[in-house]
Amino acid sequence: MTAGDTPVVEARGIVKIFGQHRALDGVDFAVRAGEVHALLGENGAGKSTLIKILTGAYQPDGGEVLLNGAPVRFSDPLQAQGQGIGTVYQEVNLLPNRSVAENLFLGHQPTRFGIVQRKVIAAQARELLATYGLEIDVKAELGSYSVAVQQIVAIARAVELSGKVLVLDEPTASLDRNEVAKLFEVIGRLKARGLAIIFITHFLDQVFAVADRVTILRNGQLIGTRDLSALTATEVVRMMLGKDLAYDQRTLGVAESVQGPVRVEFRGIGRAGRVAPFTLSLHEGEVVGVAGLLGSGRTEMARLMFGVDASDGGEVTVGGRSVTIRNPQQAVAAGFGFCPEDRKLDGIFGELSVRENIIIALQAKLGWFRALNRDEQNEVAGRYAEDLDIRAANHDMPVKLLSGGNQQKVILARWLAIDPSFLILDEPTRGIDVGAHAEIVRTINRLREEGLALLVISSELDEVVAYSNRVVVMRDREMVAELRGEEITPAVIVSAIAENTGAKA
Amino acid sequence: MNRALRPLIATTLIFALAYVAAVLQYPSMLSTRVLGNFLTDNAFLGIAAVGMTFVIISGGIDLSVGAVIGFTTVLIATLIMWAGLHPFAAFAVALGVAALFGAVMGAAIHYLKVPSFIVTLAGMFLARGGASVLSPDSIGIKHEVYTAISRSYILLPGGGRLTVIGLVMLAVFAVGIILAHRTRFGSYVYALGGSETSAALMGVPVARTTVLVYTLSATLAGLAGIVFSLYTSAGYSLSALGVELDAIAAVVIGGTLLTGGYGFIAGTFIGVMLQGLVQTYIVFDGTLSSWWTKIVIGGLLFLFILLQRLVFSASSPKGKVFWKT
Repeated sequence: MTAGDTPVVEARGIVKIFGQHRALDGVDFAVRAGEVHALLGENGAGKSTLIKILTGAYQPDGGEVLLNGAPVRFSDPLQAQGQGIGTVYQEVNLLPNRSVAENLFLGHQPTRFGIVQRKVIAAQARELLATYGLEIDVKAELGSYSVAVQQIVAIARAVELSGKVLVLDEPTASLDRNEVAKLFEVIGRLKARGLAIIFITHFLDQVFAVADRVTILRNGQLIGTRDLSALTATEVVRMMLGKDLAYDQRTLGVAESVQGPVRVEFRGIGRAGRVAPFTLSLHEGEVVGVAGLLGSGRTEMARLMFGVDASDGGEVTVGGRSVTIRNPQQAVAAGFGFCPEDRKLDGIFGELSVRENIIIALQAKLGWFRALNRDEQNEVAGRYAEDLDIRAANHDMPVKLLSGGNQQKVILARWLAIDPSFLILDEPTRGIDVGAHAEIVRTINRLREEGLALLVISSELDEVVAYSNRVVVMRDREMVAELRGEEITPAVIVSAIAENTGAKA
Repeated sequence: MNRALRPLIATTLIFALAYVAAVLQYPSMLSTRVLGNFLTDNAFLGIAAVGMTFVIISGGIDLSVGAVIGFTTVLIATLIMWAGLHPFAAFAVALGVAALFGAVMGAAIHYLKVPSFIVTLAGMFLARGGASVLSPDSIGIKHEVYTAISRSYILLPGGGRLTVIGLVMLAVFAVGIILAHRTRFGSYVYALGGSETSAALMGVPVARTTVLVYTLSATLAGLAGIVFSLYTSAGYSLSALGVELDAIAAVVIGGTLLTGGYGFIAGTFIGVMLQGLVQTYIVFDGTLSSWWTKIVIGGLLFLFILLQRLVFSASSPKGKVFWKT
């Protein structure tokens, strides 16, 4: 950085620790006036933690935040806002029940003898929004306008109250193409006014369209800050996913392993706005890996397969027989199992014991009238706990006390207990330590050898490459590539993900 | 048009139609005498309902209102009759006690993160129990100030009497309207009802506003207690039983959304008057049991909850947007 180019806001060596987990480890980040700075990273990379530290929602455990070169410490977002850092979130944090004008000036309304000057506020609001190219009835409820308009009102409020740094946290997630263009126009104007803008998004093309520089985080580490003019989309994806293209070897000749007949086939399954219709068949004794960036439609695909969301059309066959899957119960009846992405939220019953967590799917499948007695429960739980090497002091302890890796294995055991023919694993190795990582991968390989069909979604390309017979690549909510055999290398996957994303690929 | 206005307009229409229908049947109902009695007889309910409107707009509920009214009547009676305090001194003490009581409930709701329903339910039992401990029996209040107040009124053309307590209620409504719609405090109350998280992120002093809202409600309940003691010239621990529910009914019929964020103080006034109209009609009729009031109010309440559901769950009309490029 050249002299005279002092950043408006700067983070130096930020460390943030949650329990045992280092969410941020010595991260540096700096934004200059008059630039749009994109912050990229997969889930768990530390983007939101870093933003929360910059905006005062969290306090760092190490390092410092500097505003205009002077160290600052914010105790809450209000204080950060008061000193110049305003934030606009994806879910607009304004009041839909109040007028646009009131939303702009709440807490700062001009008053005379304690009476709010409504005409003054309305006039000021109109004037302010006009500078953003927006002409609306400022006395109407905010909730009567589209998200895009609410977004711009939120930006106007943040800039009005803060005025130095504007943080946009996934502002485009629920906007259509036209609205994104309008938003980018507004961002352009603010940039010209000399604001420092931090832009967080999952859409690479938007990064290339609007940002000047990019900072990429992975697993709480700073990967780098670059000028976007000197980068290609492929390089960005590689930095995000951490793939060194030199590292290219396939493990253990997975692709050559034995495969049986087609177990499950999905034909034309999709849902408008979530995932474009896709067709995919899985063989017995086969692992299909799913790669793609966050928000590419990976999880949505799994949810459709398991009937959590109903498909708009298409057909599912299991073992050559057509089945209807409109809800998870039907999926379980068809012999499907699903380990969801967010273990704590959608997977485990934290208060229940290991034993209860393992038998719950089996019991649900059997129905109310064939209750498993205690001995049967112990037998089932014991068998799978031993099989998967679940380490718990005893099987009656609450599952929330177990480590992440063991919790994951409990969920696996739950589905194995119903003797499934097709298992969907969404990010099975997220948030668990390295040792448990390897064990989960070993388990996946073993289940394959036992003849299961598996669909495994993962952001860890090394892993996907290590256990997949085939890899499908998702991009923009669409299945864009199917790789097999020799094609399954991190380099090929990365370029399949990055293809056509930016102006330059 | 602001969609939040629709239930208010509906209430106003229903009130007008009901009044016209009642007058057609009993022409003598169209007199300032009846109107004056409307105000006098419902003064304590109206005053309490203003406080309740603020609480409900903020997204809460206050079940302690009736009990606070009962407690206040007993407290005033004991202070005047047993302790020999001047009525105005007793009023000041009563308002102070009620305000403190509300502030404590508000603080408990905010800081302990207990739902307002639970906290004010506890408050209800405390206040009602406290009143019984002070005196389980009704205490008559005899004091020249009480006689003077009950004798003074403004004579309306047509022989109607606008009593002091009727005037107090009108004043409370007027101040309430300004407070809700024209002050920062008012906008904070609506903000809390809209979304507490957003409000906090936008810099609304959530703690202060919550405490103040319940303080306001309890203070107004205390004022309603004073008015009630003037109205009945007595203090009784079991007076104003269930008034909190009448107040909630008036607020909802007046177009305030029970889940908070939308509402009008003026609507509550019409809600109170509508209840008064039903009662007066039953008195004029003479053959109906007074429980019919409850049945009619119940029906109206149900109607309005349905109406709100329709108005607010229908996709909101999209505002017009002009982009200048």
